[in-house]
Amino acid sequence: MRGGTGKGIHFSKLYSFSCFRSKFEDEHGQLGQRGYSRIVYCNDPDNPEAVQLKYRGNYVSTTKYTALNFIPKSLFEQFRRVANLYFLVVACVSFSPLAPYTAVSVLAPLLVVIGATMAKEGVEDWRRRKQDIEANNRKVEVYGKKAFNETRWKNLRVGDLVKIYKDEYFPADLLLLSSSYEDGICYVETMNLDGETNLKLKHALDETASLRDVSSFQNFKSTINCEDPNERLYSFVGTLYYGGQQHPLSLQQILLRDSKLRNTDYIYGVVVFTGHDTKVMQNATDPPSKRSKIERRMDKIIYILFSTLILISFTGSMFFGVETKNDIRVGELKRWYLRPDKTTVFFDPKRASLAAFFHFLTGLMLYGYLIPISLYVSIEVVKVLQSIFINQDQDMYYEETDKPARARTSNLNEELGQVDTILSDKTGTLTCNSMEFVKCSIAGVAYGRGMTEVERALAKRKRSRAHEVTDSSSDLPECDDHVVDSGKPVKGFNFRDERIMNGNWVNEPHSDLIQKFFRVLAICHTAIPDVRKESGEISYEAESPDEAAFVIAARELGFEFFERTQTSISLHELDHESGRKVNRSYTLLHVLEFSSARKRMSVIVKTVENQLLLLCKGADSVMFERLSKDGRLFLAKSMDHLNKYAEAGLRTLVVAYRELSDQEYKSWEEEFLQAKTSVSAARDALIDAACDKIERDLILLGVTAVEDKLQKGVPECIDKLSKAGIKIWVLTGDKMETAINIGYACSLLTKGMKQIVITLDSPDISDLEKQGDKESIQKASRESIAKQIGEAKAQIIARKESSVTFGLIIDGMSLDFALAKSLESSFLEVAVNCASVICCRSSPKQKARVTKLVKVGTGKTTLAIGDGANDVGMLQEADIGVGISGVEGMQAVMSSDFAIAQFRFLERLLLVHGHWCYRRITMMICYFFYKNITFGFTLFWFEAHASFSGQPAYNDWYMSFYNVFFTSLPVIALGVFDQDVSARLCLKHPLLYQEGVQNILFTWHRILGWMLNGVISSMIIFFFITNSTISQAFRRDGHLVDYEVLGVTMYTCVVWAVNCQMALSINYFTWIQHFFIWGSIAFWYTFLVIYGALPPKVSTTAYQVFVEACAPSPFYWLATLLVVVSMLLPYFAYRSFQTRFKPMYHDIIQRRRSEGSEADVSAELPARVKEKIGHLKERLKHRES
Amino acid sequence: MNSNAPSSSSGATGSADSSGPRRNSKRPKYSRFTQQELPACKPILTPRWVISAFMLVSIVFIPIGLASLFASRDVVEIIDRYETDCIPQALRNDKVKYIQGPEDKTCNRTLRVPKHMKQPIYVYYQLDNFYQNHRRYVKSRSDKQLKDPKSENDVSSCKPEDTTPGSNQIVPCGLIAWSMFNDTYSFSRNSEQLPLNKKGISWKSDRQHKFGKKVFPKNFQNGTLIGGAHLNSSIPLSEQEDLIVWMRTAALPTFRKLYGKIEVDLQANEIIQVQLKNYYNTYSFNGKKKLVLSTTSWLGGKNDFIGIAYLSVGGLCFVLAMAFTIIYLVKPRRLGDPSYLSWNRNP
Repeated sequence: MRGGTGKGIHFSKLYSFSCFRSKFEDEHGQLGQRGYSRIVYCNDPDNPEAVQLKYRGNYVSTTKYTALNFIPKSLFEQFRRVANLYFLVVACVSFSPLAPYTAVSVLAPLLVVIGATMAKEGVEDWRRRKQDIEANNRKVEVYGKKAFNETRWKNLRVGDLVKIYKDEYFPADLLLLSSSYEDGICYVETMNLDGETNLKLKHALDETASLRDVSSFQNFKSTINCEDPNERLYSFVGTLYYGGQQHPLSLQQILLRDSKLRNTDYIYGVVVFTGHDTKVMQNATDPPSKRSKIERRMDKIIYILFSTLILISFTGSMFFGVETKNDIRVGELKRWYLRPDKTTVFFDPKRASLAAFFHFLTGLMLYGYLIPISLYVSIEVVKVLQSIFINQDQDMYYEETDKPARARTSNLNEELGQVDTILSDKTGTLTCNSMEFVKCSIAGVAYGRGMTEVERALAKRKRSRAHEVTDSSSDLPECDDHVVDSGKPVKGFNFRDERIMNGNWVNEPHSDLIQKFFRVLAICHTAIPDVRKESGEISYEAESPDEAAFVIAARELGFEFFERTQTSISLHELDHESGRKVNRSYTLLHVLEFSSARKRMSVIVKTVENQLLLLCKGADSVMFERLSKDGRLFLAKSMDHLNKYAEAGLRTLVVAYRELSDQEYKSWEEEFLQAKTSVSAARDALIDAACDKIERDLILLGVTAVEDKLQKGVPECIDKLSKAGIKIWVLTGDKMETAINIGYACSLLTKGMKQIVITLDSPDISDLEKQGDKESIQKASRESIAKQIGEAKAQIIARKESSVTFGLIIDGMSLDFALAKSLESSFLEVAVNCASVICCRSSPKQKARVTKLVKVGTGKTTLAIGDGANDVGMLQEADIGVGISGVEGMQAVMSSDFAIAQFRFLERLLLVHGHWCYRRITMMICYFFYKNITFGFTLFWFEAHASFSGQPAYNDWYMSFYNVFFTSLPVIALGVFDQDVSARLCLKHPLLYQEGVQNILFTWHRILGWMLNGVISSMIIFFFITNSTISQAFRRDGHLVDYEVLGVTMYTCVVWAVNCQMALSINYFTWIQHFFIWGSIAFWYTFLVIYGALPPKVSTTAYQVFVEACAPSPFYWLATLLVVVSMLLPYFAYRSFQTRFKPMYHDIIQRRRSEGSEADVSAELPARVKEKIGHLKERLKHRES
Repeated sequence: MNSNAPSSSSGATGSADSSGPRRNSKRPKYSRFTQQELPACKPILTPRWVISAFMLVSIVFIPIGLASLFASRDVVEIIDRYETDCIPQALRNDKVKYIQGPEDKTCNRTLRVPKHMKQPIYVYYQLDNFYQNHRRYVKSRSDKQLKDPKSENDVSSCKPEDTTPGSNQIVPCGLIAWSMFNDTYSFSRNSEQLPLNKKGISWKSDRQHKFGKKVFPKNFQNGTLIGGAHLNSSIPLSEQEDLIVWMRTAALPTFRKLYGKIEVDLQANEIIQVQLKNYYNTYSFNGKKKLVLSTTSWLGGKNDFIGIAYLSVGGLCFVLAMAFTIIYLVKPRRLGDPSYLSWNRNP
């Protein structure tokens, strides 16, 4: 930023003149200094000084590569993998005489593999680039030559004056000058920044708000001095020099890129930050890259293989060295036919140790087939295909929002099959996050007849208890309340009570209170009405769904809020006496905003009758203590109702009001304004204190209850998941009672479960709190938590033998202490021993900490699922983050690994896709190692019979095609298509999922077993073939097995054997598997014929070898059959014994399926009928026996 | 904070528009493939399957084994190891010196025919501990030179037997040709010469496509160190069948190579006189030399291994099949027994 310092001096001079302006905050003093030196020449980007500043353009590029650096950079990325680097070195060395085979045959597969991965990278980057191009070429109107002209986003410069229309995204960070509203306000949706769907109000400076005419910009020139680009979304420091004066700027005037203009026709703004300087781009960090546990273990296996490779190369070169040294003994040539007297350094007996060293390198290359070169690329291909299947799954498509499931990364597919603990958000994840106003209690009378889902669940539980006693399945009509609904359902409103609906409330005993109650709901909020012109229907843009539910409820009951200006709120109201609808306007004096600390919000309004009212709603904990003595009339009853509502899983708020006298208001307002304009750091505290002063002596009106509906299928899904042995933790911000009830509703907590509650809500602590000694509170709290955890531990140990399960409930405050270093481990110990854990009142940060605790503490796989911006930390911390693409914006989805539309799809994602993917990938990796070991060790055995000279047993091209053509496609088919049991059975037998959680398909035991199988296979191949052809003729015409024939015979056996082994170990044969497996074998013969038909110069040792030598020999075919069958025998016998004596879970299910007790195409009988049939069968059996 | 958010969302709607104004544009299309519901056969190891598989293997393998064994037993083979016996008793202390010396190397052997041998009878020599599969050895040849008279100079891969000390290219070059086997055998029965057919002992493809008809030996065995056989420089390589056979390298250090065919029957107990010239030096590396006369069956030469292997595998499978049958008969527990349906390994 050149020129910054010069300007800074100039600026500070001005600053001293205008320091009387009180609104400057401390930070403004830093302007012009380091980090605060940006200067923007508004509406004057061509100003020579502005040009000199050379700010970045608005062109945005999010691609990883550019056309120029793609090749080097992606190559670099590729060779960061050890295996690839190894192959590169091998390829380079293979040009030297060290190589046991020709260089091209090494290079070709490497190029294929690297090329494929690079192509994938390229395609992905190209997609990003297309998005960039799309974003860069969007149109925006820019002021120039006395009018607004359209231009592209990428052409915007700092200082440009732009006009943005409704529902458009801001192309850069803008300074709001004016809007279509006279007072220069506008509404912004920042969903893409923080995930919040509510609209935010932005406010132009009064001085610029009048610039609403195109002509007025002609002479508009000003300068902005502000902070340098940074990533802080919630702060902005700057000054606008305009009309000879300076005006402080704050975040209130800044419109950030990627947010959207809403409810405002248009705005004018000046570009402040462009392109990569914008706050959102400065914030763009790469999400943490996650690798699955399987892959991490795979690395270890690769290292094992590397060690094996080094070991056998070393062994080989030892022998080689000794033999080479012996070639000349006292001047006498031993193996004279090798001419050891006239040799190169690689075979020189005089320098045998050097020769051995070089041979070691040769060995590393030769046995390189132990390291599966195509493993990484195959796995990548397989995972991409797997995620396509996930994306394509119709059973995870959500009709209502038109959203299919999306695997955003393909790295973690198999991790889905190993989830041990699910950490779930509640609101929006388990529930719909569409609040419905269901009940209220006004003046001590409870209204609302609807039945909530939780109540239904509670009722069901009671019924099932009864069911156990009488053993009769009484089928109560459950949906009766739905039948009653005759009226048109209104979103967010599920309130049924004829006593107060349709204006009947006027006849109720406390009708005046009812009126006040709904007035509060209609006025005390920050929602914005959106009147549709055609229909006259009003919808609301509210900060939270709860608030929307209140406004809607008020509307439905006759208090229709339809207009909001800066200073007033207008309602259509039913007149108490005349029964007609009248317009009533309330002058809005102050809004005392909601904050999580205050837990309440109030508005102060003036009615038409000049009455001053403070309307307030808030959480019970803060509201009840603020009631006046006269206001407690219905306190007892209201509290009773409130508790009932909370038990029913509803979100409750207390509604109250108070009348203010003019005098009281005046004196308070003064104090309040003073607090508001104060400069000191304690400003917030002062404001809070002022609010606190007026929000007291309230008169209780009633209690509201809003239901956050459970999503469809959540209880069933949770039930299934816990049957699958997955632990589910719910981390919610709700209060304990609500959380517990939701827990019951979604069958997280069951009646047989012993609850352990850890809370700080005890009398001693609250006593201490009253005394206000922070340190002693801390100490007492910590001790209390420690004690509670200790007790819980004792309880669990005591009941360990019995089948009692535990549910742990802990609140946010206690969680803070429980997560402290000293208690962490014992807390974890308690928590993992509980079937379900509910953390209520937890903050986003706590969520992430809990996730980390579970992840690190147990070492098991964790899955976090959430939908809001507050879950992002948790999603990124967990091994797998699943985002619900629901109501609360895209933030969670953007930082997730998988996105689904509904919680219930998790069941299918984990139990079906997770299980399958886990199985496929693990089998694929094991098999990969098997096939490469089989192949690599045949080379080694042959070496042992070739005095370890490094001569490969096969033709170069057989070898280099091994991993690419003859064996790779069946493995990929296995990795993509194999299913041990069908999706339906996966869901029916959730226990099957434990195979993944316990990782029994990828234990060292199993991996080493497969490797051993590979070694045995290679031994069978080599020793059977060599012994059966020892030196005799292999055809009637007396021809003998030579190097070429032996190579072909052994290789044929290898190809047959590994492919048949594949056929034996997969469970699911579609035509694809058949095609690939038998096709690979057929391809080997085809290859042999074609390659052998090429002139001898090309085919060398393969020339005509199959057609002339092998095919006519019965011996060749008999040997193949013998070797292949003998190779399969150990595995087959092992599997037969294993399925018989120690079956794995999927074996049992497969067996049941084949026996017909699990018809695959069962007409889905309702569960209850099935249960009955089961009962009947049992009884029959009893009778028979 | 992902900056792609708006672009991706608008991109998505864009693609939806282009695919037409259909509702549910993102609904995955149904196909049995994408829903992973392709018709499939799902083999599992039921007892019946296991037993029948084992039985099948034994039923197939035992006859094959017997047939192979009979074939191998039918073959009559005469093996005569001569590398020590062909050195005069006195010179056996330093065999290498003897073989490199100028003495007459003729050696007479008598062979008794154990059983009737039907013609053709194949004559092999067998070497032992000779690493024809050594990397240095295998690579030391020039296929171009062997095939094409114009590529005479293509000797770079042949070192150190590429050129004579006078820098003349050797044809055929390389260690393999240089070290060619040069013992010779002639057979007589009742002092009547047995004709030995040396035509057609190499692979046809080698003769026709790997060794040129117009390539003649040149400067061969002219170096300081004489390796093995000399070649008649007037016969083209494609007709030097001993060379062709020798150049087709063996896979293992113990190997036989075809020397010729005797195309008359030999009767049992007949005595065959062999006059052999023991030129080849296997003494430096302690290699054995054997002369082998063998008939063939449909399966080739005499080797019981494959027959025995077939019989053992077949027998093993039979035992396994029996074992499984007994297990199922004695203790018939259904595999789908629901009592297995609990995850009792780890609570």
